[in-house]
Amino acid sequence: MDLKYSPEEETFRAEVRAFFDAELPTDIRTKLQLERRISKDDMVRWQKILFRKGWGAVNWPKSFGGTGWDIVQQHIFEEERADACAPPQNPFSLKMLAPVMQTFGNAAQQEYFLPRILSGEDWWCQGYSEPGSGSDLASLRTSAVRQGDHYIVNGQKTWNTMGQYADWIFCLVRTSSEGRQQQGISFLLIDMKSPGITVRPIIMLDGEHEINDIFFDNVQVPVQNLIGEENKGWTYAKFLLTHERSGNAGIGACKRALKKLKEIAAEQKSNGRPLIEDSRFRDRIALVEMELMALEITNLRVLSATAKEQRALGPEVSVLKIKGSEIIQQLAELKMHALGHDALPYVREALDLAWVGDPLLSAHYRSYAPPISGQYFNQRKTTIYAGSTEIQKNIISQMILGL
Amino acid sequence: MEFNYSEEQLALQDTLQRFISRDYDFDKRRKFSASSLGYSAEAWSQFADLGLLALPLPEDYGGLGGNAVDIMLVMEQFGQGLLLEPYLSTVVICGGLISDAASEPMKQQLLPQIAAGKVKIGLAGYEAAGRYDLSYVACTAQESGAGRRLSGRKTVVLDGPSADCFLVSARSSGGIGDRDGISLFLVPRDAKGLTIAAYPTQSGARAADLLLENVIVGSEALIGAPSRALPIIERAVDLGVAALCAEAVGIINALNQATLNYLKTRKQFGVAIGTFQALKHKMADMLIAAEQSRSMAIIAAVHADSHDAAERHRAASAAKAYIGQAGRLVGQHAVQMHGGMGVVDELIVSHYFKRLTMIDLSFGDADYHLASFSDTLRPAS
Repeated sequence: MDLKYSPEEETFRAEVRAFFDAELPTDIRTKLQLERRISKDDMVRWQKILFRKGWGAVNWPKSFGGTGWDIVQQHIFEEERADACAPPQNPFSLKMLAPVMQTFGNAAQQEYFLPRILSGEDWWCQGYSEPGSGSDLASLRTSAVRQGDHYIVNGQKTWNTMGQYADWIFCLVRTSSEGRQQQGISFLLIDMKSPGITVRPIIMLDGEHEINDIFFDNVQVPVQNLIGEENKGWTYAKFLLTHERSGNAGIGACKRALKKLKEIAAEQKSNGRPLIEDSRFRDRIALVEMELMALEITNLRVLSATAKEQRALGPEVSVLKIKGSEIIQQLAELKMHALGHDALPYVREALDLAWVGDPLLSAHYRSYAPPISGQYFNQRKTTIYAGSTEIQKNIISQMILGL
Repeated sequence: MEFNYSEEQLALQDTLQRFISRDYDFDKRRKFSASSLGYSAEAWSQFADLGLLALPLPEDYGGLGGNAVDIMLVMEQFGQGLLLEPYLSTVVICGGLISDAASEPMKQQLLPQIAAGKVKIGLAGYEAAGRYDLSYVACTAQESGAGRRLSGRKTVVLDGPSADCFLVSARSSGGIGDRDGISLFLVPRDAKGLTIAAYPTQSGARAADLLLENVIVGSEALIGAPSRALPIIERAVDLGVAALCAEAVGIINALNQATLNYLKTRKQFGVAIGTFQALKHKMADMLIAAEQSRSMAIIAAVHADSHDAAERHRAASAAKAYIGQAGRLVGQHAVQMHGGMGVVDELIVSHYFKRLTMIDLSFGDADYHLASFSDTLRPAS
């Protein structure tokens, strides 16, 4: 047993940190430090910087232009990214689509799409959920009917994250209604500029536009945009979901949020004294910190066991997803409670870094306070998306416990 | 013992329910919230016509002489309908404070106007560095001729932007945080030296920060005895806390109803999701939380009119702490069981959730009131 990183890993960490120090644009860093809105442009700019360094895809093998880093290196990179206040990369293309394409796609698809993802040229979004198919994803009904060299796609996708920026969408579509539901699903890549696609914004409870409904009305998709074989899409989808959940422990983001929480609790006052001196509030922070300490090691144990045994991630990622989402929610909730009355104002304009503010409003509205309550509301999504906590517990009880 | 509302109270409840379904559905509420006023002026004047604004005020001043249980009934409906009007601030808290402690001329001047819907008042009792402590008063009140000169800042004055005047706590003597030395003043919104920074709140209402720079008020502006205002402020805030608890109970029941409907109608895997045991048990926990919260709201209401400050405050804190936690459980479960539909602006569910959250954060959150209640368990020394 040894919880220390090796000297090589520490050197690697120093290299990553130095890179972030030198290359992360100040305006982007400030936005993330203050938890203000970031734009697509910010994310693309950062992707291009990473790409120039050769770090465009930290989870891809070298053969596809990735870093070829092992899971510990990836973990270190993610931790340093969050700590440096660098933006996350587009997860839909890099962490979800790409592993599917690398494993099941053909050479033409790999050669065309992967470099464009790496360089930040194409923005991808995901078309999985439908209004009637959430937890029960396999019941999806968006249809793709083969006509000559094309599929004709009709239907609706929902909870589509950042699709308003997307050049492409990867979709699960129904190509057959025979046999089990899972056997009639295919995995299709669709150009968002295709005629017949409509994107309708869904405003979330924090007032922000982050997700969309996407409607397909007789959309023509060339057959060469099919991944793998027709009607095998469910296999690829399950493969993708495991990759998606593997990042959901979100240790880096949790550590960053914990640090922020402590800063806020030191700054906010209770009866004139720093709130952090209030033992009741401090205990609440301590309890979440302990959960996070445990999850960090659990996460590394799972990842290293998978690496040693040279197997794909299994149902144990559900443990990471449940705990990671709960911790980030608890941290968001504590940040809000730290504010006290300051959590009540909803100064939407203050979410933009450019907002100068009303000089009469207390300094808090100009620094850390504006995004905090909205974050708490918004983070309720984390126990719902990517397989709700209820679905994850079903996976644990069935696939690990055999119940 | 009697746990039911009287015939008269039930008639009032019925009137309010019909008003909400006719004039205050979710779409209308959304428009009121987005308007520059932030609530419905028309609803406010209807409340005056219905006698709602006069309800708890003394009969000698145009009121109906109602009690905290009447308020409970009204506020529960405010919760169900997510009403935005400044009832809590103007009628319950400031109306209560003025009835309780203001001079005879001030009562005669203000109370009939509150009852008629002509005057709205906000309590400016909190300061940023004091968190939920009403005794943390750095704002100063210095003698100036026959009157006082007020200087300082007040934070998150609920319904402040539409208030015609404010009740401002300021320090006449002693150090910041001392219970003694706090005085309370009526300050009109157009007072020279008063600046109001208005903003919307997370639950769609309005609030304001106040900056007072040498605001001069006459001796007639004083409410209660000079330097002895804290107990009367605390009493009014306890009344407000009891009312907020009732509002929370209204929301908890509305959320439970909405969630139960969703469990029965939303289908996944070919069946209603309410057939899954994990969700059934969550829903059962929500029902228990609703029943327990109602009991707590009753305790707070029944004690809210008491002049035994310790007993009253203990009941208010117990209810606020309990309902803060119960509201958290119900709000989070309701959102979770609605899945994606729980986190969108389009459904009322997220609006109920946000209001419940903000109720917890107003006038002391669950932890603050837990501390206040558990302090009463210390052995007397």
